[in-house]
Amino acid sequence: MHFSHIFKSRINVLSVAFALFLAFFSLNAAAQALPDTTVKAENHTKIVAEEAKEKKFDITAYILHHIADSHGFHMWGEGENSVSISLPIILWTDNGLVTFMSGDFHHDSEGKHVVEKNGQRFVNHHEKIYYASATANEHGEFVEVGAKHKVANLAPLDFSITKNVFTLIFSGVILVILFVNVARSYAKRKGKSPKGFQSLIEPVILFIRDDIAIPNLGAKHEAYMPYLLTIFFFIWFNNILGMVPFFPGGANLTGNINLTFVLAVLTYIITTVKANKHYWKHIFWMPGVPVPMKIFLAPLEFLGTLTKPVALMIRLFANITAGHILVLALLCLIFVFKSIFIAPVSVVFVVFISMIELLVGFIQAFIFTVLTALFIGLAVQEHGEH
Amino acid sequence: MVVGSIAAVGAGLAAVGAGIGIGKIGGSALESVARQPEAASKIQTMMLIAAAFVEAVALFAVVVSFLGNNPTA
Repeated sequence: MHFSHIFKSRINVLSVAFALFLAFFSLNAAAQALPDTTVKAENHTKIVAEEAKEKKFDITAYILHHIADSHGFHMWGEGENSVSISLPIILWTDNGLVTFMSGDFHHDSEGKHVVEKNGQRFVNHHEKIYYASATANEHGEFVEVGAKHKVANLAPLDFSITKNVFTLIFSGVILVILFVNVARSYAKRKGKSPKGFQSLIEPVILFIRDDIAIPNLGAKHEAYMPYLLTIFFFIWFNNILGMVPFFPGGANLTGNINLTFVLAVLTYIITTVKANKHYWKHIFWMPGVPVPMKIFLAPLEFLGTLTKPVALMIRLFANITAGHILVLALLCLIFVFKSIFIAPVSVVFVVFISMIELLVGFIQAFIFTVLTALFIGLAVQEHGEH
Repeated sequence: MVVGSIAAVGAGLAAVGAGIGIGKIGGSALESVARQPEAASKIQTMMLIAAAFVEAVALFAVVVSFLGNNPTA
């Protein structure tokens, strides 16, 4: 067991990071919610009446709530009695920067609990922060809900560390720690056999180089390897982290269209910047066709360059979101049938789908990387190769 | 009484398309593995990739159905 010291040091680093995290984001239990019930007391009767009406289990709302981003890590429990990890809320308001912890909302996301900071009042309405209205409406919400459920209140600019932002930072830090370690051991053990985590990751790196980069990029693959490796491991790690149902995981990061949008834009920028003149010639002045056709093809070909990253963006988003929806929908069967006997069936299905999702997580990371390599390859290849 | 929306019909149609696509891929992969058993692992990888592409198209449709199925509208 001469690897033991490596594992020990890594576990130490992780536990220190975790302890720091807990110190920074205070664990916010329900006991805190006792004082300042003045506002709530007025609305309490209304809320109770409303809750009685909403007894019927709403699957769509439940699922959409779970795959959406939120201002806090929900751990367990319902409503007021739930336990969650607060995350900082950072707002740029009319009077400058305002920060507080999401625990100040006391697990409220219906706009019923007002937080006062710097003389301004805020409410959390479906995980969006708004300036609170002076008085509550008939549902006890401090927002003006107009036609089509549009909220009329103004909203400050929200730079909060939400669940997704936290997961983004967390996975970034973990990946940097792991891969800096691997890179260091490559430098230290040059020419020797890989060791520890390095031997786990080496086949994957070689797989990306030999099966993705070289077939698509040829001799130029060296320059693009860092980008391909980064997006592959980032997407794969976050796909798997999304399947972990409890605290550090659970955020639907790669199923968030903003994140996949950024990844697709990065690919688009690299493709566009690195493209050679043959690539542009094939787009704006297609060789080998008559002139009217050239003019007709130019806008189509230009649109083609834009649809490629859009397809990349939607493919990853839709696959991961659909996987999460499927798992949650199968779990919801228990509550739809209101029977404990349906639970074993449901759980077996969920385990089965989760296994498939682990596979899909890998395949989607792989496909994103393959298509990125392909698009870059199309843009940089020399004329006459095709 | 039947409760639902056109979006659900759209999602169902997308599932039909994906079913045909994945069925064809799986069938062809089985045929080629039966013909050339030694290439099974390569064929399997390519089959999975092609299936993922087909699935992605179906999921585009599901997303569009979701957007269309806007309960607030």
